[in-house]
Amino acid sequence: MAEAVKHEQTLPSHPEKATLEGKNKFLGFWFFLGGETVLFASLFGTYLGLRNGVADGPTSQDLFHLDLVFIMTMILLTSSLTSVFAMINMKKGNFKGLIIWMWATVFLGACFLGFEIYEFIVYVDYGLGFTTSAFASSFYTLVGTHGGHVLFGILWISTLLIRYRKAGITLTNAPKFYVASLYWHFIDVVWVFIFTVVYLMGV
Amino acid sequence: MDPHVTDPSAPLKGKPSKKAERQLAREGKQQIISFVFMIFLTSIAFLTVASDTIPNRFAIPFILIIAAVQVIMQLYYFMHLNERGNGWTNIMLWTGFFVAALTVATLMLLIGVTKY
Repeated sequence: MAEAVKHEQTLPSHPEKATLEGKNKFLGFWFFLGGETVLFASLFGTYLGLRNGVADGPTSQDLFHLDLVFIMTMILLTSSLTSVFAMINMKKGNFKGLIIWMWATVFLGACFLGFEIYEFIVYVDYGLGFTTSAFASSFYTLVGTHGGHVLFGILWISTLLIRYRKAGITLTNAPKFYVASLYWHFIDVVWVFIFTVVYLMGV
Repeated sequence: MDPHVTDPSAPLKGKPSKKAERQLAREGKQQIISFVFMIFLTSIAFLTVASDTIPNRFAIPFILIIAAVQVIMQLYYFMHLNERGNGWTNIMLWTGFFVAALTVATLMLLIGVTKY
């Protein structure tokens, strides 16, 4: 009986943290990000320890091309900005803006992933298989785990966008979009270290 | 409104208050400035490495510092760590970074240095 009644509510200044559930999601998600930081640290540490162990395979100097990495970096940085725009629109109560900028983020994420798959194919063709050398394994694991996070983020945000395509901004979905955008920024944070530590220091 | 009938799946209507709107405008401006700055820093890092005249001894610490600055901007301006009431989130993240730094250093020294 109660479910048939939809009371309209006025927009709070922080819809993502207006409910206890939203606040808990926010806090819990930062806890998760703290753990993710350590996960990536272990992969970075392993890569830094093993990056000179190239055996008979190609070295990073043979493989890395700065132009491709530069394009990928710019794409991911821009996708971070589009998800920021989405959050500003959410706080303004502009649902359409939220949806459009979130789709833009997904699109840029997909472009990034496309470049990364292309990059890996080129490397494999060049003779860098996953088990070629310690460098190869640790490189593919580190960058591939990041790529896996990008893929997961794309699927997560698309799911939210399809699920709530007509719902408007509500107290239920505002924390979900907010947390997804935090995840997306975190992906970008990890990439900043990857392009610096792996690519720029490996050229 | 009676709190018992609050429906979290009801669309939120209305505009933010004038104060909130001003706040959002200021936030948006800061974010665009930090975005431009991050693009600038990224380009500097790539140029530093691409040019042959800059020795590695200088380039590597320099690009690492640039990366750290970028990450801090991303965390505080894009992920809103600078907002009030974020004490615990800051603690969780910096604890993560602390453990991360130890992990990187340990792994580098344990498996990176040939001992036998």
